[in-house]
Amino acid sequence: MRISGRQFLQGNEAVVEAAIAAGCRFFAGYPITPASEIAETMAIRMPQEKGIFIQMEDELASLSAVIGASWAGAKAMTATSGPGFSLMQENIGMAVMTETPCVIVDVQRSGPSSGQATRAAQGDLMQAKWGSHGDYELIVIYPNSVQELYDKTIEAFNLAEKYRTPVILLSDEIIAHMRENIYIPETLDIIERKRPRPEDKEHFLPWKPDDDGIPPMAKFGDGFKVMVENNTHDATGRTNQTDAALHTQLINRLCNKILNAKKDIVKTEGLFLDDAELVVVSCGCVSRSALEAVKMARQKGIKAGYFRLITIWPFADEQLIEVAGATKKMLVAEMNTGKLLREVKRVVDPYGVQVNHLPKIGGAYHTPGEILASIEKAVNENE
Amino acid sequence: MSEVVRQHPAFKYMRKQFLPHIWCPGCGNGLILAAIIRAIDELGIDIDETSFVTGIGCWGLTGNYINADWLHTTHGRALPMATGLKLMNPKLKVFALTGDGDLAAIGGNHFIHAARRNVDLITICSNNMIFGRTGGQVAPTTPEGKYASTSPYGNIERPFDLCRLAEAAGATHVERWTVMHPVPLTKAIKKAIEHKGFSFIEVLSPCPVQYGRKNKFRNPSVLYNWVKEQSVSIKKAQDMSEQELEGKFIIGEFVKKENIPDLSAQLLKLQESFENKS
Repeated sequence: MRISGRQFLQGNEAVVEAAIAAGCRFFAGYPITPASEIAETMAIRMPQEKGIFIQMEDELASLSAVIGASWAGAKAMTATSGPGFSLMQENIGMAVMTETPCVIVDVQRSGPSSGQATRAAQGDLMQAKWGSHGDYELIVIYPNSVQELYDKTIEAFNLAEKYRTPVILLSDEIIAHMRENIYIPETLDIIERKRPRPEDKEHFLPWKPDDDGIPPMAKFGDGFKVMVENNTHDATGRTNQTDAALHTQLINRLCNKILNAKKDIVKTEGLFLDDAELVVVSCGCVSRSALEAVKMARQKGIKAGYFRLITIWPFADEQLIEVAGATKKMLVAEMNTGKLLREVKRVVDPYGVQVNHLPKIGGAYHTPGEILASIEKAVNENE
Repeated sequence: MSEVVRQHPAFKYMRKQFLPHIWCPGCGNGLILAAIIRAIDELGIDIDETSFVTGIGCWGLTGNYINADWLHTTHGRALPMATGLKLMNPKLKVFALTGDGDLAAIGGNHFIHAARRNVDLITICSNNMIFGRTGGQVAPTTPEGKYASTSPYGNIERPFDLCRLAEAAGATHVERWTVMHPVPLTKAIKKAIEHKGFSFIEVLSPCPVQYGRKNKFRNPSVLYNWVKEQSVSIKKAQDMSEQELEGKFIIGEFVKKENIPDLSAQLLKLQESFENKS
């Protein structure tokens, strides 16, 4: 039974409860700090919900089992952290190519390699988009509180089902291990998988998209005899690896079903933007300090603004351009050496916005005071 | 196509529009495919209740030819994907078709764990003792001293005995045959379909193009005869010394354990324990 009302939960626990509420009934994972509580809570909760929990031999197997379960009709999820996320990259590509809905939680920790296992970081922003080989698009969401971890886990499942794509839910050690009061409403909007009509069984083309660019997904065992081919394939599922036009058409469709839906997918948050001379851009745990710093700056009479990316990919170009049109300066605060900075500069440089950077690595998040100091420095520069 | 070919009894289970198949002349894979189809036919199983999960490699392409749900996975991952599929829908008869490179090299870890868990899968490994599809590189199953494109001076490593590996890892049904044994192979697959638990059928399937050419087997029949000559029944092997068994392929039933619950049964029991409480 799903929980509702007021709840006091840890971030990782909130992900589990939301997944259950969204209809997730299959979880495969491998222990890794700081994501292990998700597997541990799933191990308790899944059998209670008539679902399956399995601890696999590694992360390659975990995402593999999730893909298999998804074709058996399940809403399925795995959770990991940086090293495991690296191991999952090939199968993320497989999920993209075979349009297999699934949710992958990456509770970010410090890297590269084993790095600082128990410390937070935001080092996977780029890997979440570019980690697998080849050309593709997927959806990456990054909440910043326990409440939002709950809400966005549900959204992650909804988007995965709606667009038949893997959705990456980024988290980080700070929000994952934080406990907060959250509110879970009685009713939730849950999107179910688009299925082919039984009467189409005879001549079903599993990879022929509807008008929205997304083909309905048959379930194994329902008699549709689907060919799920991770090589380049035509509408029947048969591979053809020498036809350049077929490959181009397939990849463009897979990318465009996401890119053409940016209005539906991309979410951002902006505060104090109307008169802002400087806008702090951030995401995840850092955005909590960023908002506090902006409020402190406002108290000091500095016209600071706050802009947060909730959807990391596809990138919020349009929203950021709107902010860029109304401000002169931006400050990107992030727990890596410049991943978000690179993307923000790509978008706002043509608009003549000066972009300052406040990177921080080593495991500790930015304090509001540190961000405030950078705001003050940036505002006073060149004046 | 002659009338006889058009009416072949296997065709009702096949995507015959994809024939002729892509396997090289002399390849053993078609014989394993025939055995699978015979087993399904003889047991009278509805093909819609089967699913095929295959790995990367020549044998992984088998899904093209069987008219059933087919998941073509990334290299080495057939077993964990089949595990997810089977656990979520225990009613499906899930075949995991995997080559020796796919299963024993890149997917080796998944192999031992699927066996240990006793997942109710029908795993059929086509063992050609080489990486065939990528051009004849040495595999964990290449016999010592044999040549491959990445063992140009002869293989200096010792090969896996896949059946013994499966047995040690906990598989509850293990058999090895060659493609020259179509009758016992079909029987083994039928047993695997009816077995509740992890079935592992290894089939020695000669690859004349990659393995044969590199190892001076003049033509497919010479290679086939060599595989047959090297094969010793498990019964006969019991009376042979280690020296006599050097380089031989032991064929027959290695393991058949009944009454060990498969993973789906265990999960169902766990789920039901909560139903009773509520």
